[in-house]
Order: sequence, then C-alpha cells, then structure tokens
Amino acid sequence: MKDIGRPSARQLLIAAAVLVLLTGGATVPGLFSFDNITQMLRQISVTGIIALGVTFVVIAGRLDLTVGSLLSLCAVVAITLHDEISPVAAVTVPIIIGLVVGCINGFLVAILRLNSLIATLGMLSVLQAVALVWTSGQNALIDRPEATWFAVIGRGYLLDVPIPVLIFLLLAALTAILLGMTRFGREVFSVGGNEIASRFSSIAARQVLFTCYMISGTLTGMAAIVFSSRVMAAQNNSGSGLELQVLSAVILGGTSLAGGDGGIGRTIIGVVLLGFIQNALLLIGLPYYVQWLVSWVVIIGVVWADVASRRGRVLA
Amino acid sequence: MSIAPQPLQSQPEATQGAIISLEGVGRTFPGVIALSDVTFDVLPGEVHALCGENGAGKSTLMRVMAGSFPQDSGTISYRGETVTFASPMDAKRRGILLIHQEISLVPELSVAENIFLGDFPKLRGGRLDTKKLYRDAEHVLEDCGYDLDAHAIVGDLSLARQQMVEIARATAFNCSVVIFDEPTGALTNQEAEALFVTIDRLKKRGVGIVYISHKMKEVLTLADRVTVLRDGKVTGTLSGEKITEREITRLMIGRSLDSYFHRARRRIGEEVLRLEGFGVGGSAKTVDLSIRAGEIVGLYGLVGAGRSELMEAVFGLRKITSGKLSWCGQLREISSPKDAVRLGIGFVPEDRKEQGLVLGLGARDNTSMASLRRLVRFGFMDTIKEQSIFEKYRERLEIKVSTAKTRVGTLSGGNQQKIVLAKWMATAPKLLILDEPTRGIDVNAKAEVHALIGELAESGLAVILISSEMPEIIGLSHRIVTIYQGEVTGDLAAEHVTEDMLVERVMNPPERFADLLIG
Repeated sequence: MKDIGRPSARQLLIAAAVLVLLTGGATVPGLFSFDNITQMLRQISVTGIIALGVTFVVIAGRLDLTVGSLLSLCAVVAITLHDEISPVAAVTVPIIIGLVVGCINGFLVAILRLNSLIATLGMLSVLQAVALVWTSGQNALIDRPEATWFAVIGRGYLLDVPIPVLIFLLLAALTAILLGMTRFGREVFSVGGNEIASRFSSIAARQVLFTCYMISGTLTGMAAIVFSSRVMAAQNNSGSGLELQVLSAVILGGTSLAGGDGGIGRTIIGVVLLGFIQNALLLIGLPYYVQWLVSWVVIIGVVWADVASRRGRVLA
Repeated sequence: MSIAPQPLQSQPEATQGAIISLEGVGRTFPGVIALSDVTFDVLPGEVHALCGENGAGKSTLMRVMAGSFPQDSGTISYRGETVTFASPMDAKRRGILLIHQEISLVPELSVAENIFLGDFPKLRGGRLDTKKLYRDAEHVLEDCGYDLDAHAIVGDLSLARQQMVEIARATAFNCSVVIFDEPTGALTNQEAEALFVTIDRLKKRGVGIVYISHKMKEVLTLADRVTVLRDGKVTGTLSGEKITEREITRLMIGRSLDSYFHRARRRIGEEVLRLEGFGVGGSAKTVDLSIRAGEIVGLYGLVGAGRSELMEAVFGLRKITSGKLSWCGQLREISSPKDAVRLGIGFVPEDRKEQGLVLGLGARDNTSMASLRRLVRFGFMDTIKEQSIFEKYRERLEIKVSTAKTRVGTLSGGNQQKIVLAKWMATAPKLLILDEPTRGIDVNAKAEVHALIGELAESGLAVILISSEMPEIIGLSHRIVTIYQGEVTGDLAAEHVTEDMLVERVMNPPERFADLLIG
C-alpha cells in the first residue's frame, strides 16, 4: 500500500463513490435495510453475471457491446420457448444462443481482426433486429407464471437469499478461479497487456480472444434466463442500453479499458457500487432516466481516472 | 566510396566560430549517468563524426543538442550566445535538425507537402497555395540535386528516397546544423553514395553536420573531426591525419577487442537446426544455414537485409515460402511460435518493449509467459513452482527488482532484457535466437548479457546472435554468417574475421563472394 501517500485517480473515484453511498445511506431512509439490500442485489445479479463475462473481454483489451441486445434476444427466446416447447428449452437454448453469438464476435474480432468497438456495435444492431423478427415486434410473456418451476430461478429464495444472487455468486467464484488461477487467465492478461509480445511468447492470442468472447456470450445467455424467470415476460428491447451499464460497472471496479489489468473482485465491487447508487436515486424518487445520466458520468469519470493513472505510471 | 576525404584546414581554436557548442554538459537518468562533462562543437561546413558503442551516450548527446530534453549541467551556446532549448521545435526554429534512423514523415502526403509541413505557403484567406508549394518544392529538390517527383506520395518511396525528402526539408528550412543518426543503416551502396554527395553539398553551403555511425569506413571517409564517447564521457576528439581506425577503436573501447569479449569455449555437439533453400516472404532469395549445439552463430547484415525476418520465420511468426527446416536431424514444419517453443526454440526479439515484454505486468508474470504450459498442475497455475523459477533466474541473472510483482515497465533496459532472457531460459530451449540482445542497455548489463551468452553456449545451447554491433558479433560468435538482401554472402570462422570483411559482405552483391562460401 505504497500509494497511500498520494492516492491514485482510481482510488479517488472509488472514495467518491463510497462517499455518495454513505450520504445516500444517511439521507435516504431504508437504503441499507435488509429488504432493500436483498432487492437491490437481486436486481444487480443480471448486470453482474454479464459483467463477469465482459471483464474477460475488457482485460483482453477489447469491448463487447453486444450484451444488451443479446440479453433481449435470449430473453424473448426463453419466454416464448417456455410455453411453446418446455421450460427445459427455456433454460438451455438461450445459453446456446449466447455461445454462438460469442463465437461470431470472437470470429469477427480475433480471426478477422476487426476493431472490437465497431464489430460488436454492428452485432448489437443485428441481434436487436433478430429479436424483433423472432417476436414479430410483440412482447412475450408466460401465461401461468405461478405454475412453473422455471420461476424459481428468478424469484426463488434459499435461506432468505434470492436465487439470482446465489447464481451470481457461484458464477463469480467460477470466473474468478478461471481468471486468477489458470493458465488461460494468465494468457488473458498478457494478451490484453501486449498482444504482440504474447504472440512472441508462444501464446495463441487469437484463441484466447475468441474464448473471452465465448465466455461473455455464454454468461449473457445465462443472465437472460435469470432475467426472464424473474420478470416472466420479455420485451424485445429488455436489454437495451445494458451494455453501457455493464461496461461502467466493470471499469468503475477498476478494470482498465486499455487491457491487461483488472479482476473479477473489482467487477463485483463495481457492480455493487453502481447498483447502490442507482437504487438510491430511485428511492429518492428521481426518474429512471437519471440513471442513464449517472451511468455516463461514471463511465467518463472512470475513463479519465484510468488514463490519468496510466499517464502517471508510465511516465514516472 | 567515391567521396574523397576533405581534410579541414587546421583549426586550433575550435570553439571560435562554432555554430553550436556544448560545454561541460551532463545528463543523468534515474540510476544512469548518460552524459558527464561533455564538450562538443560543430563548425560551419564541417562533418563532425560522433563515435561510440551503443549506450555510450551518443543518442543522449544528440537529443540534448536537438532539444528533446534539457541537460542537467553545463551550457549550450548557439552562435556564441547561451541558449536553452525548450523543445525540439525550438531547436528546429534555430536551424538544428535531427534526422533519425526512423524516418519521421507523413506517409500519406506528397513529397512537397512533407517538405513544407508546418509551413505551407498560403493564399489570402488561408487557402493553400498549391502552385507555390509544388514550385518551391521542385526548386528545393533541384537545389539538392535529387531526382524526385514533388507530387509522389511519400509512403510509396523507398527508404532511401524518404530520407532524401527529410534532407530536402532540412535544406528548405535553411538549417544550420543537421544531425544524422546512422543514416546509411537501411541504404544500399549506391543510395549511401548519393547521401554522401548530399552531405558534401550541405557542407559547401556552410551547414555543420554531426554524423553518427557505427561504420568505420564512412566515418573515416566523411569526417573532418571525430569525437569519441565512452560511458557518457568524451574520450577524445581527433582531427586531420589523426583520424585512424586504430585510434578511434582505442578511444571507443579503451582496450583491445580480444580482452573485451570472452568467446565461449567451442564444444560443438550434434546439429540442432538446418535450413535448406529456406525462403521468406516476397524475396525469392533462399538461405542455407546450419547450427550445432554449443555453437554461437552470428548473423550479420544491414537493417532490411532480412536477418530478423529469417529468424521470425524459423520461430513460426512468418510464413515460409520455400525450402526445408530440419530440427535435430528430422524434417519439421513450424507454423506458430507454439510449435517452435515445443521443439525447444527461444526467441529474444529485437524490440524489447513491443515484442519482448508486457510492460504493465509484473516481473514474475513476464518471466513465466513462455513456459505457462509447464507451470500447470491439475489444471491450475502452480504459483509456488512459478515463484521458485522466478527466484532462480532473479538470482542467476542478478535481476534488480524490488518484488516479483514490480511492473517491468518501471525497470531499466538492462533489467528488462534480463527478464526477457529469463523468460526463454525458463523454457529450457535447445536453440536460442537473440535479436539485438544488448540494444539500449547500459555497459554493465551489456557485459553481463555477453557473459551469459557465453555460459549458455558452453552448457550446450545453440545460439543464433543477430547484432548490428560488429565488435559484439565478432567477439562472441564462433561463426559469422553474413546476409545481403536476403542472401547468404559469407560463412566465416569468427577468429579471423575483421570488421572490413563483414562490411564488404553486407554492402555488396553476393556474386563477388560466391567462391568464398564455405558451404
């Protein structure tokens, strides 16, 4: 902790977020009540699960903006398949779709070497269109939500803890192990830090990147199942804008947009902080779209902090 | 070379009338004294050569002169008055231009646009005066004696022609001092001679020239005065008849070549690698090469001769267009670095920061990067083993890092290079390819790296050494293979090689040496 004397920009930012949070706790009644925290955690678990996957992509030095409309697509698929085929299809097909989309993204970015911002932005629109085609523009819903075990995933509790939160924690543990303790995890960091040097060190950089997108897509598919089971209905634009929420949570936690630096623990911190802030805004009674303002302010602030701390370090 | 040396009239009071003169200049970087008490000046119409080994302080000195960073001590005077350059632009405005090894032009723009970049002729209302731009550019090119089309796009030109554009720019801005940093590094013989003609023209116009080169012949031919740097200090300035190769070398290394390098004992084993009719990329040329265990083979050629490309192909980073590669007597195909590492090839690349290291990661993570496969146990990273391997090399190579997690971007060049070496030693290779292993590292680290290369060879490793530094390649190698434009022009036993022999073989077409090839 040699940085204590002169806090880094990131530490300042986290401190600011915590300060906002404490102020919120003092002024907003019920923010830190058990019920509210449980509710809040249940809400962030969907963003959280997606953020786990996106963390891999960001550490590898790329972006994945498809997650928003991928969630929309997977959610409408889960809901329609539930009644049309079976609940089993509703919990498997979305994961497969996520995996396939992850592979397409991986192909575009890792194999065709397209710029990840443009490639995944394009895929974002493509998937949104596919979701619209799938639903013919209609919203989907499950007829008898009370009569299916599918509802347990999003609405159930285990020992007073919401099931979505448990799923999030389980996936967080798995991804933390994958990123922090395996060879693949190590390779993600080196590819993100310097792709050329990684190739010169016999790391298969393209495979690593490809895998990161697969992870991100698959986890988004899983998040969509949790989401649709909680809501028991899905609009074809349910996930619209989610990609930015996720990205702001990931970088708020301190994973660098420049790649090569980050972690699952940081992402969890980012997701929880952002969740609390947005929850506080809601409790105060500010309209939903203020959340967007906050997300964007956070993104810009964090990107600045990232760049500023990098400058300080590299030129030191 | 067609330029006859033009000895300057003897000038005992050198500082009198100097365009720029540095007095007692010193510059320290964290942990390194790059320059100390350097006195150097440039007279109008002279070529003042600057010699010294890599890391001797040449580049620091010229950067101080060109305003890239200020000196810590001492003074710089420009035409007799003391000045401080705030920036390279500031120095440029005074007429001091640095021509780098790397060309700094805008490849998408035309020759004329590049010449007048930053100072375009304008019509009233701010519109670009295209007619005047090209007219002036043609005038400048004619003035330099260059047969260049002012409308040509710079990116389409050869390196030599791009350099001409840079020089034309110098002329257009009425430079008073032009600093050339290894200008012939990427040029052919004819191109180099054209450059010498230009230098002569600049001289006649009263421009002072600082000429930095490793090539003794060029220095001997061009220089009116020679200043030699060693470890950041001036060890002597020679002029007139005192300029001899012997004297310059003595000042550069301060001792004879033999004692400076300790060549590894020759304990040659089985053949490790053999290339037959091996061709890379666009050039139709092919290479035959063989190296055995315990042998250090130097690969010498000009920049752009294809040395690095050849080795990158061996390492699976480039596609092979023809020929065969045998490894330990068996035909093999290496299509990726993964294949190469699996066979036992290590590759220390030329560009440490871009290709060798992940600067944002820690020392230990960088050390294990190439051997992750060996460090996995039950699917997980074996961090205990990883740490102990790191500690082993940290001790053996005397890598100075505070912790295993210290980001390598914060380390000195020498320690960075040691980490790259440790990374490859950790893979237990049979063949180690070293591309410019001592570039940009300080004298001590350099000596350590040299000693290490010898030790590795004595322990049975085959080493291919690519280096632009002739003393290094001659001093360390058992055998030296010279390359000219992708073709092997010589395979020489290093004991009897002189710098001249190498220069000849890398500057001239191979036909002349066909009869000299060993096989």
